[in-house]
Amino acid sequence: MIIELPLLILLVVTAGGAIMVKDLISAVFILGSYSFVLALVWALLGAVDVAFVEAVVGAGLATVFFLLTLFGTTEKDTHIRRPPVPWSVILGLPVLGLLLLYGAGDLPAFGDIASAASIYISPEYLENSVEQTRTPNVVTAVLMDYRSFDTFIETIVIFTAGIACALILRKGGS
Amino acid sequence: MIRPHDSAIVRTLGHIVIPIAQLFGIYVLVFGQHGPGGGFVGGVIIAASMILGILIFGIDSPDSVLARKILHGDGLGLLIFAGVGGLCLIGGGQFLNYSYLQIPSLDEASQHYVGILLTQIGVAVDVAVTGVSIAVSLSFEEDEIPNDEVTNV
Repeated sequence: MIIELPLLILLVVTAGGAIMVKDLISAVFILGSYSFVLALVWALLGAVDVAFVEAVVGAGLATVFFLLTLFGTTEKDTHIRRPPVPWSVILGLPVLGLLLLYGAGDLPAFGDIASAASIYISPEYLENSVEQTRTPNVVTAVLMDYRSFDTFIETIVIFTAGIACALILRKGGS
Repeated sequence: MIRPHDSAIVRTLGHIVIPIAQLFGIYVLVFGQHGPGGGFVGGVIIAASMILGILIFGIDSPDSVLARKILHGDGLGLLIFAGVGGLCLIGGGQFLNYSYLQIPSLDEASQHYVGILLTQIGVAVDVAVTGVSIAVSLSFEEDEIPNDEVTNV
């Protein structure tokens, strides 16, 4: 409980800093630290698999890709001009935030066993995954066995991303 | 575009850190059924270690030979994943229904275990190849990438 508040404050500070900072390379590094803090928050909430992915992809691979992209650009491309914020944004965003806070009041409490997500099909997975698949990590069992079509299509998406990057960025060739 | 690093500290640390990172990636991959992790995270860690090797030693160096080789393996991981599904089809069941993997002397739960492990390896190969491929696409021109097929065969 005592560690949650500093982590959440740090999350907001790094997220705001990544947007506000003038230099794009600094923004990339602040975004990496944001991912690291977010990974700690996930781990605190008990979602260790999500924390692992967030730390490795957000703080590791995405930072490297952003930096490689920045090194391929010139000073003129990365110069940030900030136009003045229009009145519609200043008035509209707080209203949107209030609406989201109003909607968040109806969400079930954290770890509520009577919530809709916990009563439909997840008890079946939690009870049967070890004897059906010999896999103690239920997240892996759901991702790779019960929901393996989803994972298959995700793998196709990753493959397509690599092919598209190679087609667009690698000039010339035969 | 990316030149090899000439600092002795960076190169020495790279020789130490990169094998440990790759070993950790393989550990996360094969231990993903008993702890946090899995194919995606393991593949990303392996890809990150290879990108680190490319950034430190350069794409031409003998230390990056594995990263150069796996650039030609685009789609191999997807083939492994779809191949497991195809084996289930051949065994008489639905696509990716591991109960129909025809492995002798294994009960149904163990067949699911083997199926999950194989598909995780497929995802890891796909993610690792794609990560290295995107990094190489972002940082090198086409004529800078050495083509092993022409020089070695």
